[in-house]
Amino acid sequence: MKDCVVVISEDNTPEIAPDKIITQTRVLKDEGFRFVTMSSADLGDSVCVLYHFDKDLQLVNLKVDVPKGTKIPSIASVYACAVLIENEIKEHFGVEFDGLPLDFQGMLYLDEEVQKTPFCKIGITRV
Amino acid sequence: MARSVIPFGPQHPVLPEPLHLTLTVEDEIVKEALPKLGYVHRGLEKLTEIRDHNQMIQIVERVCGICSCMHAQCYCQGIEELMNIQVPSRAEYLRVIWAEMHRIHSHLLWLGLFADAFGFESLFMQIWRIRERVMDLQEATAGNRVIVSVNCVGGVRRDISAENQKWILDTMKTMEKELLQLKSTIMDDFTVKKRTVGIGVLSKEKAYELGAAGPTLRGSGIAQDMRQTGYAAYSELDFEPIVETDGDCYARNLVRFNETLQAIDLIRQAFAKLPDSELAVKPKGLPNGEVVARVEQPRGEVLYYLKATGKKYLDRVRIRTPTFANIPPLLEMLPGCDLADVPVLILTIDPCISCTER
Repeated sequence: MKDCVVVISEDNTPEIAPDKIITQTRVLKDEGFRFVTMSSADLGDSVCVLYHFDKDLQLVNLKVDVPKGTKIPSIASVYACAVLIENEIKEHFGVEFDGLPLDFQGMLYLDEEVQKTPFCKIGITRV
Repeated sequence: MARSVIPFGPQHPVLPEPLHLTLTVEDEIVKEALPKLGYVHRGLEKLTEIRDHNQMIQIVERVCGICSCMHAQCYCQGIEELMNIQVPSRAEYLRVIWAEMHRIHSHLLWLGLFADAFGFESLFMQIWRIRERVMDLQEATAGNRVIVSVNCVGGVRRDISAENQKWILDTMKTMEKELLQLKSTIMDDFTVKKRTVGIGVLSKEKAYELGAAGPTLRGSGIAQDMRQTGYAAYSELDFEPIVETDGDCYARNLVRFNETLQAIDLIRQAFAKLPDSELAVKPKGLPNGEVVARVEQPRGEVLYYLKATGKKYLDRVRIRTPTFANIPPLLEMLPGCDLADVPVLILTIDPCISCTER
């Protein structure tokens, strides 16, 4: 089943440093990949953020490990459509994106009175 | 002329689900649109902390009622990959049949609402009357008109009897005839064309760059459909994606209408080749690993990211639905349009806000 189901491994999902994500994303865009989405998972002391791209039904993933309390550059300058999912990850996992052009301030889905990130086992309180 | 800010939604006669858009207009031309979500956010992904991987099937089926069985299908495909399960061939074909019936029901629901959005109420009622036939089939074969709960890890939970097969094929023949009778009204009527041709044009380049999915992408000339990957039994069926090139509301209409007719053909092909085998294999053990699964829902490509560590509960279930991907293209289409065209443009992406917010 060509790329409709992909098991994530080190071979097909290289881990890159947070400060390299914009460069890598730009390379993929220049190669003709479209942005699919980002996924995230709580690892305890950090949040794993996966970036998914697609070209001709082939899925390509990048992985970034973001220590809690640190920032990661927003890729909205490369793929404008990433702004919504970056807001969602910020709201649910407390990951701060540097340079987010449209910031819902953690209120994309949740109300103002929800102060803690719902998905992290060790929650981050909104300031 | 001074600019005005007009709130559109969350309650609006054309919106089947709550969505708020803050529209900045000048002389009734939209200059800017900002979305506000969260009216039906249920936090379903978080339920994976207290529901095991089998119980999560019932959760993901209820993300949305108009792509219910395809959510479950995508989720099950991911879990089956992690557990190295080979689904029996009959189950693969049955999954296709239920998925295509679901596609028909979804596209006809949308087509009716779309007609209603520009005031063509009689067409709306005609289309929903045709749609009732496939709702009856879903209720008879799956037990429910809307939440089609047939998928399980390892296969399907139900079979389609020979009697129901005949009923489905007869119904498909009737529906095809009725839809073709309506085709000239849907496609050639002066009023319909006036409200859709040249409205909400999304170029091929913009559709690709903004990550559009499904008929929104294929209406702009990009032949991408996850069914081309051949999941379930699609590799055994004769299938090509439906594509139009104009990128306007009319093109997206055409794509969805023709996909409805194509779904009828796919159901016929699936029944013609339906093999005899068991319906499901019994899974052993617990899932372990990370997987990304994708299927083609009526609105486009859905993506499931599943993370398991061999425990009772999965670590993460992340769902990216096609409407979520189509919101940036919508925000691209809105500036420059008439205020009166806003309902048509919102409906042209076939929005499912339940899917978007989960």
